[in-house]
Amino acid sequence: MGTTSPGENLLATPTGRTQRGAPGPPGATGNAFGWLFWLAVLCELASLARALLFTPIEAHQGAAQKILYIHAAAAFTALYLAFALMAITSVLYLWLGDPKLDRVAASAAEVGLAFTTVVLITGPLWGKPIWGTWWSGDARLTATLFLWLIILGYLILRQAVEDRALRGRYSAVLAILAGLLVPFIHLTVYLFRTMHPQPIMLKPSAPSMPAEMFRTFVLSFGASALLFVALLRARYRLAVSADALDTSHQGPA
Amino acid sequence: MLGLPDVPLAVETKGLSRRFGDRWAVAGIDISLAAGECLAIFGPNGAGKTTLLRVLGGLLEPTGGIARVDGMALPGDVDVRARVGFISHYTMLYPALTARENVEFAARLQGLHAPRAAASAALTRLRVLDRADTPVRALSRGLQQRVSIARAFVHSPRIVLLDEPYTGLDALGATALTTALEQLKAAGAALILVTHHLEEGLALATSVAVMHEGRFIRVEPREAVDAAAYANQYRDLVGADG
Amino acid sequence: MNAPLASPPSSREDILTTGTSAPAGDAPDVRRHPHTLAAAWIIARKDLAVEVRTRSAFLSAAVFTVLAAAIFFYTWDPTAVPAVDLAPGVVWVIFTFSGMLGLHRSFAGELSDRAIDALLGAPISREGIFLGKALANLIFVLAVQLVAVPAVLLFYNVDIGWTGAAMLAGITVLAAIGLVIVGTLFSAMAVNTRLAELLLPVITLPFLVPVVTAAAQATVVIMNGRPIAGAVAWVRLLAAFDLVFVVACTLAYPFTIER
Repeated sequence: MGTTSPGENLLATPTGRTQRGAPGPPGATGNAFGWLFWLAVLCELASLARALLFTPIEAHQGAAQKILYIHAAAAFTALYLAFALMAITSVLYLWLGDPKLDRVAASAAEVGLAFTTVVLITGPLWGKPIWGTWWSGDARLTATLFLWLIILGYLILRQAVEDRALRGRYSAVLAILAGLLVPFIHLTVYLFRTMHPQPIMLKPSAPSMPAEMFRTFVLSFGASALLFVALLRARYRLAVSADALDTSHQGPA
Repeated sequence: MLGLPDVPLAVETKGLSRRFGDRWAVAGIDISLAAGECLAIFGPNGAGKTTLLRVLGGLLEPTGGIARVDGMALPGDVDVRARVGFISHYTMLYPALTARENVEFAARLQGLHAPRAAASAALTRLRVLDRADTPVRALSRGLQQRVSIARAFVHSPRIVLLDEPYTGLDALGATALTTALEQLKAAGAALILVTHHLEEGLALATSVAVMHEGRFIRVEPREAVDAAAYANQYRDLVGADG
Repeated sequence: MNAPLASPPSSREDILTTGTSAPAGDAPDVRRHPHTLAAAWIIARKDLAVEVRTRSAFLSAAVFTVLAAAIFFYTWDPTAVPAVDLAPGVVWVIFTFSGMLGLHRSFAGELSDRAIDALLGAPISREGIFLGKALANLIFVLAVQLVAVPAVLLFYNVDIGWTGAAMLAGITVLAAIGLVIVGTLFSAMAVNTRLAELLLPVITLPFLVPVVTAAAQATVVIMNGRPIAGAVAWVRLLAAFDLVFVVACTLAYPFTIER
């Protein structure tokens, strides 16, 4: 065993190669909100315009029904895009260990929380004129509330762990278990509703919807999905920059 | 080195390394330790000594290199862990339970046939049998450490890993520990002792290493070390943070 | 080499006695390492021994349940609303919070002197450690419920008969399994974080929604003497939850340990 001088680069790997703190990937420090974001905003505005101005008013519910174009789209995005992505990337992270996967999961969670918040706000906004109360105990809305709390818990857990590897592992475990939990939550609220009949409410997504409304729904779902992807990408880039900064601050431990 | 060719070394590593993120806590360690030998590792805080022991004890997986404990490759499974005893300056005891209960618990986890008898034997060897039924929190630090040693030895481990075991021990406790380790060595166990206490380390060692920033920067057999001058040499090697 | 630990002859002043060697049958390759369930039982016994010795967690949980039952009783007038409509909710709210009270100490006791390292270094599987802790927590929660449920039934003067009591006991066991399996895993994680005791309820409570809702709804059926058929779906939900999460949490635990 030869001796090494105390001044040798502390980041030296056993094979003798040295690596300085890795630079961020190209574009990471550039503007996080690129062309995709503005395109998504444009699509969102277009779908809103179509919903408000070019789609007929629903017969029974009146103008208030139009909130559903945002509400349903956000709900779909939150659950089937954001949350599903969280769960899937978490499984992959535990399997492959790539920190990129952990970053995607965390970004999906934050953006998903935003979309879920939109659902929780637009829900009562729609419910008040229709049923007269802000909170009707509607099964889907209740389930969404629990989803919101689950994602919030996930983000709070991430805040509480400083070590990056530990944080990734813990978050992944929580996200996977949450993915298993969501079907049970839906089962619970729907079972409750079957046993305790709620006031009959008109289902806006009934198949007998006029083609115009259906097309508007499809458009708003698409715009919402696009916005999700754009925000996810922006949040991911921020996460990359934040992690790079973190590394250079921590330095050689 | 004389020895039967098919008897595996107690601890054998080549280029053993362990990484946390970008940081190599252990960056290429070579060890050849036979039964009955003791490797003393000195080094400043943050040198990676604790990480090295945790890898050898099966608590962490190596990132690179080869490591074998009693011929079995690391990371091993339960068979590797059954052969290793781990002692640190943490007692790893349950304060509310008695000394006997703590050691019996360890014996049961090892699958010993007669955990009660093994626990009594271990406590007797460390001369704490008379306090066996006292809750651990009521014992002095020195006695707690002895109970912890009894816990670690109850299954007669072939390899004993010690992480700063002399911390907080008074002179009596330190002597008791050194004597117990000498007996283990004589009975054929292999020891790896990480310590800041140069005198105790040199007293037990058959080989001596200095670890710094994940590497052994100096390894030599005990005979080559001049105990009187070593303290100064060590300070020169690792600088002010030794 | 299986040389027993014999002490060398020494004329030096030796404060250690020259004890007998360790039993020859305990060489590493001869003894049998405890398999997962055996290890779990050993660890659960140890946890319970610690709890019996300290008693503090059980006592605070028990006192909490009686106090909570009293508070609920005095704030919700059982003469205005039938007791059988109030009691199920009270039972299961108390269950939720008293159940969580004992969870933190499960892994906290392993950290202070790094006893967890001794567990991880022992020749037992990780799953055995987790199941042992969960088992101890389960016994703890059930012991607390043995105090809580009769207390509520007494306060609200609810008579459910022996069949009703048996059914309620069964539901309590199922619900306790659900709470404990998730709570034990999360307490293993929370104990390594800042604000561990605040974090634990935040991440655990959403998981208790199916458990507590199902248990409460089934309890409503029992307390009102309605036909059992109304409770079957809820019990199935509980059982399915337990099955899924016992498997999932046991598989997940090794991932929470640094490797």
